[in-house]
Amino acid sequence: MEKFLRRLGKTGVTFICRLGELSLFIGRALYNCMTPPFYFKLLGRQFLDIGFYSLPVVALTTIFAGMVIALQTYSGFSSYGAESAVAAVVLISVTRELAPVFCGLMVAGRIGAAMAAEIGTMRVTEQIDALTTLSTNPFKYLVTPRILAGIIVLPLLVIVGDIIGIFGGYVVSIYQLDFNPANYINSTIDELQTIDIVTGLIKGAVFGFIISLMGCYNGYKSRGGAQGVGEATTNAVVTSSILILIFNYIITGMLFTK
Amino acid sequence: MTENKIEIRGLHKAFGKKKVLDGVDIDVKKGESLVVIGGSGTGKSVLIKCIQGILTPDSGSIKIDDVDITQISHKEAEQSYAKMGMLFQGAALFDSLKVWENVAFGLIENQKMPRREAKTEAIRVLRQVGLAPDVADLSPSELSGGMQKRVGLARAIATKPEIIFFDEPTTGLDPIMSDVINDLIIESVKGIGATALTITHDMASARKIADKIAMLYKGKIIWQGTVKEMDKTDNPYVKQFIKGSSQGPISVEV
Ligand SMILES: Nc1ncnc2c1ncn2[C@@H]1O[C@H](COP(=O)(O)OP(=O)(O)OP(=O)(O)O)[C@@H](O)[C@H]1O
Ligand SMILES: [Mg+2]
Repeated sequence: MEKFLRRLGKTGVTFICRLGELSLFIGRALYNCMTPPFYFKLLGRQFLDIGFYSLPVVALTTIFAGMVIALQTYSGFSSYGAESAVAAVVLISVTRELAPVFCGLMVAGRIGAAMAAEIGTMRVTEQIDALTTLSTNPFKYLVTPRILAGIIVLPLLVIVGDIIGIFGGYVVSIYQLDFNPANYINSTIDELQTIDIVTGLIKGAVFGFIISLMGCYNGYKSRGGAQGVGEATTNAVVTSSILILIFNYIITGMLFTK
Repeated sequence: MTENKIEIRGLHKAFGKKKVLDGVDIDVKKGESLVVIGGSGTGKSVLIKCIQGILTPDSGSIKIDDVDITQISHKEAEQSYAKMGMLFQGAALFDSLKVWENVAFGLIENQKMPRREAKTEAIRVLRQVGLAPDVADLSPSELSGGMQKRVGLARAIATKPEIIFFDEPTTGLDPIMSDVINDLIIESVKGIGATALTITHDMASARKIADKIAMLYKGKIIWQGTVKEMDKTDNPYVKQFIKGSSQGPISVEV
């Protein structure tokens, strides 16, 4: 019993320490986002890495998501009034949930891991210390560009995902379910509301922040050679994926329940 | 104004319960080359990381040109840090950058030198450490360990720092390459008139580059003097260390 309590206490203390450490890290990151110097070239590179090179995976995941939703909705609503129902369901589920979550998870796997691995390697090979000795703030040089890029780029990716996902639904509806293209497009446009787009943008920005934060934090704190870097990479992907799903629920809750 | 470039008093640093530095006192005069020797894990790297502000000491004072950098904020101490250059134990080259960008890093990021000019300068410094200009466009991972050390040395001296730290510059190199690096260190330090603090357990290297030698043991400097004095000393710790014998007062915890 005592052993159990002791272990519980230790885990609790470690957890609280981590939380404190993370809060400090967030504070430092945000502070450094707002104070000069800014490294625009590095920011540009992150835009490319996070945004441009993620386009293929985002496109692939969202197009299939849109397609499967169209099929599933059709089988649920069968024949009567299916046309507008399918269009509406595809629109709402893709823009509000599927595109943001798939973008988030895909980028977390692709970029969160890469960030943790890169920064972690720089930590264990003393490259981060080397930055300090060259009078360069490693936070501004490594963390700030990644976090800014995450916040800015993810919403854009979500918009791309929205369009491609809806297109996926359209393709299935027209070519497999034999709907009338004009009607389908009209019902999609009729159903479209500002909140659909805004939700995606908000979720994108939050997820982008989570991905970059977890990638950088885990990399920055990694210890002990290749094994430490490996752990950091896994942690970055796992924690950011879980946080994305949790925050997805929270944001949906805040926006859609009154 | 004293003639001490670096003056350390009562420096303490512990990690958790483990005391690594336990009251270190060191003076390094301007233009002097001090070599700190000591066994693995005695905190030599921690010592220079404290001086460079990478680690924060628990107590004690570190004066650089009479400015105590432990008493002022990191931002205010930046001027002092800007005077320092460092060659890392594992070279620590930025592997996302090319060799010349590594060497020119301080010039471009801090001294705001235009890239083209910085590249010319980087190639000049690379030549100074014996590397051909065609190395400049390679990535650090394409270099051998000895070449990486040279690039690290070039990066450390490119900004012409007043104080240079060398963390085990010759470990992992063959004896001839070690000697080449020693010569480069002497040349480059004298060339820019810098003050040097070197850490090593390579006694041949220590003899060659040191004006003064200090021995770190159990968190304290237990002995210091010139190379000549070191050969004559009857301090049992120093004698055991330079002989490299497992018999003596220094016990190795295995
Ligand atoms: N950031 C850190 N966190 C915790 N402990 C550390 C840290 N840095 C160093 N130590 C501990 O401090 C001790 C001294 O380390 P240091 O790297 O200074 O040794 P060293 O004298 O440079 O050895 P070597 O000659 O092998 O490089 C080691 O026992 C190490 O475990
Ligand atoms: Mg060391």
